[in-house]
Amino acid sequence: MSPVVAGVLQFAALAVALGLAYRPLGDYMARVYSSDKHLRVEKWIYKAVGANPTTEMRWPAYLRGVLAFSLVSVLFLYLMQRLQGSLPGSLGFVSIPADQAFNTAASFVANTNWQSYSGEQAMGHVVQTGGLAVQNFVSAAVGIAVAVALVRGFARSRTGELGNFWADLVRGTVRILLPVSVLGAIVLVACGAIQNFSGIHEVGQFMGGSQQWNGGAVASQEAIKELGTNGGGYFNANSAHPFENPNGFTNLFEVFLILVIPFALTRTFGRMVGSVKQGYAILATMVTIWVGFTALMMWTEFHHGGPAFDLAGGAMEGKENRFGIGGSSIFAVATTLTSTGAVDAFHSSLTGFGGGITMLGMQLGEIAPGGTGSGLYGMLIMAVIAVFIAGLMVGRTPEYLGKKIGTREIKFVACYILVTPALVLIFTAVAMAMPSTLTSMTNTGAHGFSEVLYAYTSGANNNGSAFAGLNANTPWFNTSIGLAMLLGRFVPMVFVLALAGSLAEQTPIPETAGTLRTNKPLFTGLLVGTVMIVAGLTYFPALALGPLAEGLAS
Amino acid sequence: MNNSIGNTARLLGAGLRALLVLTVVCGVIYPLVVTGIAQAAFGNKANGSEIKSGGQVVGSALIGQRYDLPKKDPDNADEAAVPDLKWFQPRPSNGLGTNSINTQYQLLVSGATNLSGDNEKLIQQVKDAKEAVVEDNSVPGYRVDPADVPADAVTSSGSGLDPQISPAYAKLQVHRVAEKNHLDVGQVERLVADHTDGRVLGFMGEPGVNVLKLNIALKELTQK
Repeated sequence: MSPVVAGVLQFAALAVALGLAYRPLGDYMARVYSSDKHLRVEKWIYKAVGANPTTEMRWPAYLRGVLAFSLVSVLFLYLMQRLQGSLPGSLGFVSIPADQAFNTAASFVANTNWQSYSGEQAMGHVVQTGGLAVQNFVSAAVGIAVAVALVRGFARSRTGELGNFWADLVRGTVRILLPVSVLGAIVLVACGAIQNFSGIHEVGQFMGGSQQWNGGAVASQEAIKELGTNGGGYFNANSAHPFENPNGFTNLFEVFLILVIPFALTRTFGRMVGSVKQGYAILATMVTIWVGFTALMMWTEFHHGGPAFDLAGGAMEGKENRFGIGGSSIFAVATTLTSTGAVDAFHSSLTGFGGGITMLGMQLGEIAPGGTGSGLYGMLIMAVIAVFIAGLMVGRTPEYLGKKIGTREIKFVACYILVTPALVLIFTAVAMAMPSTLTSMTNTGAHGFSEVLYAYTSGANNNGSAFAGLNANTPWFNTSIGLAMLLGRFVPMVFVLALAGSLAEQTPIPETAGTLRTNKPLFTGLLVGTVMIVAGLTYFPALALGPLAEGLAS
Repeated sequence: MNNSIGNTARLLGAGLRALLVLTVVCGVIYPLVVTGIAQAAFGNKANGSEIKSGGQVVGSALIGQRYDLPKKDPDNADEAAVPDLKWFQPRPSNGLGTNSINTQYQLLVSGATNLSGDNEKLIQQVKDAKEAVVEDNSVPGYRVDPADVPADAVTSSGSGLDPQISPAYAKLQVHRVAEKNHLDVGQVERLVADHTDGRVLGFMGEPGVNVLKLNIALKELTQK
């Protein structure tokens, strides 16, 4: 079997597996966020928090919950790293410097998992397992909570109430992320991922001497790293490291974990707004982009344009033999079309166009299918823009799911789509103007620029992957990327929740003959077009200077 | 004003309590439960899939190693490593880092070169690697055609710890290994065939040869 055929079959198998999980998981999540019942462990948690899970919150209260929890999380994680040198269970590793600790705390709380440190030589058990892995759970649960609040905004009328943040946070963690992670981690260990607390592991070598690894709770972190679309590796090599991703099966399994919740949330959305077909239209948009990007990635990577790859006879630089080009292409697209940022092959050594595809995937706003929660709310924002544009074309007041898209709503949406591009382009421009940036680059020319553009694209969109040739462990990059991650995560959430509140207050308007049918293929086509045009117009000039220039030259 | 400060403090307090409780659940109970199950059911794998040769642990089946000759001067950090051609050779690992932070340890720091396809340094690395592969593996009666050198033989992996090489690269090394170890080419070919892992379920990932396992088997063969 040729590697191309194997790659296509792997993609097909992945699609089937995701299809099988779609309905049960989507329906289950809809029940989780609609149920009146509380599990015993949840009641115990609410008691400890001192929150009443049945209190309905309007959007400002919901937002305050999100921000308070996240602020405390940043501070807690920052302190944990700053005190690592004094904490027990840290393998004797020293405390993390202030700028890097801020960057890492912002990164994990913002569901980004950008890493300017090398896991194996910097972080001990306590910070990895008790700090970073915890944020892998809760930052994902916060993302889903905000998405569910927006869905409630569409589903509810004349109320303004969006649910209870604490209940959504706890339920997402306890009922969805934890059980799937336990299963996922056990599958990974069964295939060879490590899971122990033996600390620094020293084993003999074939030629004599010994090698040292930093062992730890790898499989348990790996499972939630993918499932929560986080992406922060235990090891520097992330999912290219054999202890995180031991074989061809685990590679596909990890991609499955990355995509399963974001895709299934469209079903949850359909259920909660009372029409699963509305969910299918959103799903179809996501799938169209996902399939298209994967096909393009496989084409460019198998074609291996670039002088070094031509010479080598294949684009295997930065790729593992056990995954090959097919498995690595599938992973690279999935990780950048979601907010994951885990890598099983190093994106900086992708072909010129391949690197461009990963960047464009993030620049679309990570909505196909996007991060846990953030993918759904990002795509719903684009859907509102699509109906708005369609409304302008025929001269009707746009409406979506029975809610009017008026001046107030479109202002929130417009602000939402401006935040991340502004962060990416302004920070990139400032960084490029600084002479010190040159010393951080590994590559020169178009690819050097791409390293910087990629860094801020990844940070502001909360992805976390990198053109890792860039030495980002400098006070400037640690601070500026840290700010980009926090602003890129929480400012859009403000607009999402404000929009949700505004929608929930409305009285629904009845569907008429003139209403745009948003559950039909025509709408999916319109939505794909809107997504590509909005991102394309915003980022084309920057992409032309980096990956397009490199790709066209090869 | 006082009221709003009080409210904010109450909210942050709730956030802190929520974080602490969820830290216990997700950061303590969850990893311990998974570790318990993993150690009970898959002890060897959970501890790094160590493998033995002649009663000694010689590494992990999952982590690639170097098979180089001993250094002439062990204290010279700049001395270039010379491959011991008796053994099957792994992929290059130019992206592997050295431990620079907590230097009381000599940890392997996994990593890639991150060089782009048009980078002069990478072009040179590939060129040099290709020349070396052709030269090392061409033995009397068997000449390696540069066009037959597979891509994995001249590129560094993502982790720098790739435990595998492609079956094509293993095949290319057979004549050299047979000659250096005074074995029949057929014997070594069979050894490679026995240690070639296909795709998982026939289509997942790529076929490969685990270099450590292959070299352990080779050692057993030569000691017979």
